Amino acid sequence: MSGTFVGMPAFPEAAHEAVNNQTLRGNLRHATHTIRAKRAKAVTEVSDWAELREAGKRIKDHTLRHLDRYLEQLETSVTAAGGTVHWAADADEANRIVADLVKATGESEVVKVKSMATQEIGLNEALLEEGIHAYETDLAELIVQLGKDRPSHILVPAIHRNRGEIRDIFEREMSEWGRPAPEGLTDTPAELAEAARLHLREKFLRAKVGISGANFMVAETGTLVVVESEGNGRMCLTLPETLISVVGIEKIVPTWQDLEVFMQTLPRSSTAERMNPYTTMWTGTTDGDGPRDFHLVLLDNGRTDTLADEVGRQALRCIRCSACLNVCPVYERAGGHAYGSVYPGPIGAILSPQLRGVTSEIDASLPYASSLCGACYDVCPVAIDIPEVLVHLRERVVQGGEVMSKGNKVVLKPAKGHAAERAAMRAARWAFGRPGALRAGQRLASRTRRLHPRSLPGPGKAWSGTRDLPAVPAEPFRDWWQRTQGGKDGAK
Amino acid sequence: MRVALFLTCVNDTLYPDTGRAVVKLLTRLGVDVDFPMAQTCCGQAHYNTGYRHEAEPLARHFSDVFGEYEAIVTPSGSCGAMVRELYPRMGERARAEGRGDTLSATLAPVVPKTYELTEFLVDVLGVTDVGAYYPHTVTYHPTCHGLRGLGLGDRPRRLLQAVKGLELKELPGAEECCGFGGTFALKNSDVSAAMGADKVRNAESTGAEVLCAADNSCLMHIGGTMGRLESDMRPVHIAEILASTEEEPAV
Repeated sequence: MSGTFVGMPAFPEAAHEAVNNQTLRGNLRHATHTIRAKRAKAVTEVSDWAELREAGKRIKDHTLRHLDRYLEQLETSVTAAGGTVHWAADADEANRIVADLVKATGESEVVKVKSMATQEIGLNEALLEEGIHAYETDLAELIVQLGKDRPSHILVPAIHRNRGEIRDIFEREMSEWGRPAPEGLTDTPAELAEAARLHLREKFLRAKVGISGANFMVAETGTLVVVESEGNGRMCLTLPETLISVVGIEKIVPTWQDLEVFMQTLPRSSTAERMNPYTTMWTGTTDGDGPRDFHLVLLDNGRTDTLADEVGRQALRCIRCSACLNVCPVYERAGGHAYGSVYPGPIGAILSPQLRGVTSEIDASLPYASSLCGACYDVCPVAIDIPEVLVHLRERVVQGGEVMSKGNKVVLKPAKGHAAERAAMRAARWAFGRPGALRAGQRLASRTRRLHPRSLPGPGKAWSGTRDLPAVPAEPFRDWWQRTQGGKDGAK
Repeated sequence: MRVALFLTCVNDTLYPDTGRAVVKLLTRLGVDVDFPMAQTCCGQAHYNTGYRHEAEPLARHFSDVFGEYEAIVTPSGSCGAMVRELYPRMGERARAEGRGDTLSATLAPVVPKTYELTEFLVDVLGVTDVGAYYPHTVTYHPTCHGLRGLGLGDRPRRLLQAVKGLELKELPGAEECCGFGGTFALKNSDVSAAMGADKVRNAESTGAEVLCAADNSCLMHIGGTMGRLESDMRPVHIAEILASTEEEPAV
């Protein structure tokens, strides 16, 4: 994945700052609660939501089960329609392919449609090293790029910014990149949008190369689909002479009919709209209409390894709607940056440790970045049981075991830093295996209860720093039960 | 009906009042309650922290202890969900690991007959008015594993609404997690504490005297937060409210 996030601290440490940043907490709370409520309403309108969710899950599972066949069918269809298909095993290979394609056009500028796959591989940074400037044209991605910032949400990458901050970024940075912000720019949404429009229009009209991802690829026809709200995608997909699309291999659906399901569930789950404003679909190239050259770069980058895992593979059903981020109480308080990946929130917590492995500090901590409340699973339009995968990945962290890495079987060692926890879990298992041992422990706690401190030292501060300890009762229940025969002898 | 009380290790050790309340309530409703002394822990903390293999002997022990009863009742949504949702999954995982059907077969008998308390009252006994009296204002927090795991729905609220003297106040953001999450409370204590504080603020905004839930582990976190924030509210388990009567009122 992107080099941008290398060296991230573990999740709890990264979240610490965000939790105490009241502006950020306010921005995130307002934004996630607004969209959460709207989504709930948009979903209630559909009488067969449960069936659509089940259908989406099955289509994705079927496609993943036969991914090899559908990918080859897609390659044949795209080639027949006049496109060229490239296969990229990892981020470096994908970046090299794209850079070479751009250089072959002789251009040094590209315009971009919002794309998670290109964020994942750090394409903009890789292109810059080759002297190629990539301009983000989605409003929120533009804010992030101008602010030399990182995205913190899949759908709304600048969710951590408020209007005042955006105005300041535009006024300060736009002139460095092209047309400056208008004089006396205020923070009203209309003025901010107009400033972005004017700035971007120049880029759209000049660019000879466009770069996109895709929400879906239809195997039977070789058609790619981009779903968006602002129309910037339509500009990038139709105006340039060359179009390069970098798409994860799991984005495939077998037929056009399958799109019917996702075109209903995706907009409602992501922007809470019945239908998104712009849906662009293209099949190879057409003379006199749109780009003359079309290249599709199919990206693996850990997806085949993820597919090998029986429990974890359901993460590949994801259609990047962000509904799970918007309902997640942990995301709302920790913010997107704490997840150390372009994929934040609950889906990021199961995707990043699978795509990147659990060897880094941040990736080993992500499966624990959840209270397992289950709100994410409830809203997921393709029924990814995120809590199930989180627990599965926790097991991988503490136990290690066999996993696939770059197509090879490797045996992971248990992650460092869990030795004390492992010993405690084993001790608890031992005690709970023997009711007598449990009882002896309970009695000891009850008899010494007057000596218990209100706060704990060392690691115990994790609890007692913010919460009182529960008082230990004079006798455990089982002693009362035995003494009174379950209260039958009238004793209290 | 021979019913076993699966009290949970947390309640047994720290919240015996909840256990006594369940016994009092079920006895009042004509149920013959037994507390199998060999019971310990369902293994939830192990399982959810990533120690599935350590949880397996605890699950087998659970099945040994409770297998013979007609029904198993627990005053904990999350421990109930552990048995009902996750025991079958443990069996499936063992099978996927090439260990055959032994674990599934061992755990299968206890899965369908384990009930969370409010489920048992409403679905099995068919009562919503349990003859309780509790003259206090109460707000109800539906804990996550009861709400989304077991699908308790409006059962707890229906039971509370039927309690004489009780005034139920709507809790804003009721369905948001309180931030306990087992070992999450320690591993991500900053985020957990922030969620807890928001839950307490929402509860206080109702003006109720009592925050009620059907899970003492969540109440331990919420109550501990209330104590630290010097809130006047009290956390009370739903069993203690339902057990309270005019003759023997709970405070």
